[in-house]
Amino acid sequence: MTGNTPMADYNFAYLDEQTKRMIEQTKRMIRRAILKAIAVPGYQVPFASREMPMPYGWGTGGVQVTAAILGPDDVLKVIDQGADDTTNAVSIRAFFARTARVAVTTATADATIIQTRHRIPEATLTADQVLVYQVPIPEPLRFLEPRETETRTMHALSEYGLMHVKLYEDIARHGHIATAYAYPVQVAGRYVMDPSPIPKFDNPKMDDCPALQLFGAGREKRIYAIPPHTRVVSLDFEDHPFERNRFDVPCALCGATDSYLDEVVTDDQGGRMHVCSDTDHCESRRAKGHRGTMLADEPVHPADRRSKLEAAE
Amino acid sequence: MNANTPAPLLEARSLSKSYGGRPACRQVSLSLDAGEVLAIVGESGSGKSTLLNLLSGRLVPDTGSIRYRMRDGVARDLARMPEAERRLLARTDWGFVHQDAALGLRMNVSAGGNIGERLMAVGGRHYGDIRATAANWLTRVEIAVDRIDDKPTAYSGGMRQRLQIARNLVTSPRLVFMDEPTGGLDVSVQARLLDLIRGLVADLGLAVVLVTHDLAVARLLSHRIIVMKEGHVIESGLTDRVLDDPQAPYTQLLVSSVLAA
Amino acid sequence: MYVAVKGGERAIANAHRLLADKRRGDRQVPEIGVDQIDGQLALAVDRVMTEGSLYDRKLAALAIKQARGDLIEAIFLVRAYRTTLPRFGFSEPLDTAAMQVRRRISATYKDLPGGQVLGPTFDYTHRLIDFALMADSEGEAPATAPAEAEERMLRVTDIIGAEDMIEANPAPGEGQPVGDLTRDPLGFPAGRDLRLQNLARGDEGFLLALGYSTQRGYGRNHPFVGEIRMGEVEVEMLNEDLGFAVPLGDITLTECQMVNQFKGSLTEAPRFTRGYGLGFGHCERKAMSMALVDRALRADEFEEERKGPAQDEEFVLSHSDNVQATGFVEHLKLPHYVDFQAEISMLRAMRAEVAQRLAGQVPEAAE
Repeated sequence: MTGNTPMADYNFAYLDEQTKRMIEQTKRMIRRAILKAIAVPGYQVPFASREMPMPYGWGTGGVQVTAAILGPDDVLKVIDQGADDTTNAVSIRAFFARTARVAVTTATADATIIQTRHRIPEATLTADQVLVYQVPIPEPLRFLEPRETETRTMHALSEYGLMHVKLYEDIARHGHIATAYAYPVQVAGRYVMDPSPIPKFDNPKMDDCPALQLFGAGREKRIYAIPPHTRVVSLDFEDHPFERNRFDVPCALCGATDSYLDEVVTDDQGGRMHVCSDTDHCESRRAKGHRGTMLADEPVHPADRRSKLEAAE
Repeated sequence: MNANTPAPLLEARSLSKSYGGRPACRQVSLSLDAGEVLAIVGESGSGKSTLLNLLSGRLVPDTGSIRYRMRDGVARDLARMPEAERRLLARTDWGFVHQDAALGLRMNVSAGGNIGERLMAVGGRHYGDIRATAANWLTRVEIAVDRIDDKPTAYSGGMRQRLQIARNLVTSPRLVFMDEPTGGLDVSVQARLLDLIRGLVADLGLAVVLVTHDLAVARLLSHRIIVMKEGHVIESGLTDRVLDDPQAPYTQLLVSSVLAA
Repeated sequence: MYVAVKGGERAIANAHRLLADKRRGDRQVPEIGVDQIDGQLALAVDRVMTEGSLYDRKLAALAIKQARGDLIEAIFLVRAYRTTLPRFGFSEPLDTAAMQVRRRISATYKDLPGGQVLGPTFDYTHRLIDFALMADSEGEAPATAPAEAEERMLRVTDIIGAEDMIEANPAPGEGQPVGDLTRDPLGFPAGRDLRLQNLARGDEGFLLALGYSTQRGYGRNHPFVGEIRMGEVEVEMLNEDLGFAVPLGDITLTECQMVNQFKGSLTEAPRFTRGYGLGFGHCERKAMSMALVDRALRADEFEEERKGPAQDEEFVLSHSDNVQATGFVEHLKLPHYVDFQAEISMLRAMRAEVAQRLAGQVPEAAE
């Protein structure tokens, strides 16, 4: 990513100035909500989410949180489904490049702030990093109890029995817990929290994570947080413990066996291949010489040659 | 109070409640001992359901107080109890059996999940244990264990009531509120349910506050009766005494209308 | 050879370029002007102003042009612009009794001071396509009457109120300060101030359907159209330095006051109740629907059983905003392949288990 790409024509510039000003006015209010969220891990703090020049449900909450914590020295990475090059990640990165003139990167290790939708990077995050999640529905109890008035009471009184009823029903019906993503967790032994629709594969990464994790839901007007090194437990039963899903095959490009894989349909004959969903993880591994079956014949992939050249510069 | 008489389990003083200026419950006082079954009888509109809802904390009284003796023996004023503690009490040491099972059950959750909910709410985290307990309770309320994964929607009216009772009793409460538990059921189904309730109440030593308009149900289940009319308690006493030798003219009328029917 | 999809940035830029081209359409046809949209698609402009909650005809017309006539998209553009504007303060409450009325009808009185004024209305038009409009036309000049000299047109609810037959409106400044939906997160239960703000910004189609549902029995409230009036009202703002209110200009409004199901008791004489609707420009359908839903949402106030969706505050207020709704519905087209992958893997595993169980049962069945 090369940074401040002038992708819009001139009449956007005026609105960008306006948007910038609005974000400036809004930052204090959001920062206050973030501080409260950090002080009460897993608790959903209501905040006066502003209308952003992008649709609700497309990352407005994450964008407002990122905007509120972004400083001039920060380096921003934006991923969607683990990848830097998915259209909405590109769009959000371009938004910040235009309105905040911030340095951007695709390298997880180089980023100080990572805004994400649906994934946690494979690389272990550090104490110098903040992970900002885009959240569609922040309320883990929402699909059991649609009323906000009731769910807030349930949280206030730690009445989480219903959550386990849902898991009980899964086991009774399917033999095991049938939640594959947005798998609910309990934070610091108190609040039950929706980790946003990340695959449950990523759940263990939230526990005792050195990085600060912030969650922003724009349409639902909620911010919540997991402070560094906080205990995050995925809900389960003693005799049906939480299980991280595994893949039977390694990444076809980099040969990784411990990463989350996307299934790619290669033809209409049932052909499938699996590749890392975390594009930076995959590229870094290939740059270090790891090869999957798909690249076994090609010692150096053109993309790797490029990244090696860049590295040499 | 006499030193060797145990303190009452539940004690209400001067409870009143009005709806839009119309009093539904006026200055009602009563007490209930552990293991005692108290029937509140009266015609519809007499205030008996309002009284039940006041006693069970589902309604807040305009005036008056309710004290409940906790498991540690200390009597507590319910109005001064924090909401969290009151709700915990309501789902562990108390039960509430509704006339309409749909209000007391989760109709889209299996029978096992319905019974297990209270256990999970107080921290039960072993699926196998929860399921075994649920199966045991199904047996106790005479529901075949192979119906454990069926939803209440697939149950008959009588089975739903029995499931509701099992769901309430799983945490071994000491006090159960019942609102017309046999209402709307066929006579034969009613008889079977009454037998079951009577057996469970005796086995478990439950205290029960039972609202019914059916004096036959009151006679079969209760030790004591209070008769309500227009929000007032007009007569109370041991069940046999009230039904065999009613003092108030209104009670005499109630009893005779049952005998005539 | 598999290569991961790249170049999202260029694809987006090209898609937007194509969109601009499609918006312009056939270059042989003159481009539509903002003034044409303002003047000739005026009701679309009114809707975008109302639901965009910004009174600016030119801006709304421009948004409609940019949105290719997609009104929800135009409302979104206006909202996103609105939120960047500095806030100077609040106007004084509008006095709709002082409205320069262009249309005023009442269903509760046959005649009343000021009379029934039909104004520009689709009512009583026969809905036949007018093929004459295919050609340009100058159109016939409207009939006119001499302007009444500065006559305040009494509001019907004031006439009923003079007899104390309808609940009084809360006086300005009474009770809590007026909330601001755009500044504070909406909590429940919401006050009527926030409810009315939410409904005024709410989607016309959503409110129409809810209002309709109350008429069909899902929370009936026996409405009479006390009055619908449309016209110009002066906006005033208190100038702190001068110590009095100064006029800012006129805006066009449509107001609907419903007269609803009376309430009373043995000790309190019965009175009619109110449902209120207000919007920018000429937006009668919206104002009427809003008034029906406003009254339905007051169920608790009048100890009415809440059994219809229109009476359910949390349901109505959480789903009325079409900018929120469209964002969340349309976000489903964003990539979800990580979640889908998680789900499909789990499904495969579950299917394998079922197959295994069934295979295990076959010999038993055969025995």
